[in-house]
Amino acid sequence: MHRLPPQVKVVALLVFVIAVVLMPREAFWAHALAGCLIAGVMILAELPAGFVARRMLVEVPILIFALLLPFFGQGPTTRVLGLTLSVEGLWGAWTIIAKATLGVGASVVVSATTTIPDIIRGLDRIRVPRVITAIAGFMVRYLDIVAGEFARRRVAMASRGYEPRWLWQGGPLAQSAGSLFIRSYERGERVHQAMVARGFTGRMPTYGDRPASLRQWVLGLSVSAVAVVLAVLSVTVIR
Amino acid sequence: MSEPSLEVAGLFFSYPDGHQALRGVDLHVHHGERVALLGPNGAGKTTLLLHLNGILRPDGGTVRVAGLDVSDEAAMEVRRRVGLVFQDPDDQLFMPTVGQDVAFGPANFGLVGAELEARVAAALGAVSMLDAIDRAPHHLSYGERRRVAIATVLAMMPEILVLDEPTSNLDPASRRELIDVLRALPITQLVVTHDLPFALELCPRALVMDEGSIVAGDDTVDVLSDEILMKAHRLELPYRFDPRGGTGR
Repeated sequence: MHRLPPQVKVVALLVFVIAVVLMPREAFWAHALAGCLIAGVMILAELPAGFVARRMLVEVPILIFALLLPFFGQGPTTRVLGLTLSVEGLWGAWTIIAKATLGVGASVVVSATTTIPDIIRGLDRIRVPRVITAIAGFMVRYLDIVAGEFARRRVAMASRGYEPRWLWQGGPLAQSAGSLFIRSYERGERVHQAMVARGFTGRMPTYGDRPASLRQWVLGLSVSAVAVVLAVLSVTVIR
Repeated sequence: MSEPSLEVAGLFFSYPDGHQALRGVDLHVHHGERVALLGPNGAGKTTLLLHLNGILRPDGGTVRVAGLDVSDEAAMEVRRRVGLVFQDPDDQLFMPTVGQDVAFGPANFGLVGAELEARVAAALGAVSMLDAIDRAPHHLSYGERRRVAIATVLAMMPEILVLDEPTSNLDPASRRELIDVLRALPITQLVVTHDLPFALELCPRALVMDEGSIVAGDDTVDVLSDEILMKAHRLELPYRFDPRGGTGR
């Protein structure tokens, strides 16, 4: 799993998510089997459970929203454990929770087994426009630096007694963000000079991406293929 | 003498805001020489460097790199011949991985495949950073980033390596590693620096620049020993440092 070429993993993730989205909401069994698939891949990739759980936390805001749906949904209601809940809301909550969990789970597998530069390289390989991958690459490269600069400023401000607690005390922070923007812009100019100095003419060169073999494609897409079969079955036969 | 690696004659330049940064710069660097360019802040050193590969264009005067005029037509070839290492390695290293960054230059000049990979490996090997080829630049130490920045231009096989303040912000051990790397490189070098012991150790010849022109140029020991010259151009040796005592060449 760790060794698969990034473009294979990116395509596999995309196919898997589409398959999950296409599964009808009544097909509990299909969602459950897809969940087993992802869990199986996680075990195969030897991802630590605690690590996966922490990564899955990004889903929490979505879950909270989904859990509110049964209480505020319209239409006919039903009683569960003494609570009056909307039937449509319950279906909505189930759909969101199931599909989001499966999608986030699959994303965790890919992101945990692929470095960010590799993911960008994979996107490049499947012909995502070079402008977009280049922007993504620059963002990854410079996010740390800009965040670091902002952190140093906060320390410098705190060292001179500025500890904002309320929104109306945020002025200096906003000004600092503004000048950070200017500084980043100036850095962009210097980076561009450095690029031109090394012969940049407007097209990002490729380096070090190797085509994936047929075997790697088959191996990488096998899980997603099972998910597609589940989706097709749940749409056509069982329903 | 043979054709100089770098020849600058009567160079003038003003920024759009009217500030005249270069007022008639003349200098030459011969093949295989290592030359230090000294001078106070604001003397025009960095402005001069940006002229060496045609990023800035002079209002008057010429720059020739190994006999080739820096002009619009020759811009690409000049940029290959002049390896400019910028002061802040974070400006120089912009690709997601070290290997991709080192490949950026030679790939722009048309190298592909195994040849490109060999060039990348050789350049990283020359600065002892081959192990970092798949790492992200922001995960490297500052000294390591500085060395990778040098590799990014070495990979273009330049005629002359031009370094802007290469020892700034380095701890003593990283500075020592950098000196060892630069001394081992068999390539013409022009080094802008405020680190005078570094200039003395690395470069047999030194130029002094102030207010937009070259005001002195001689054996580095003689330049650093000339107290009147040093004082006039805001240069100062470290406390108790005797340039005649340690000719570490």
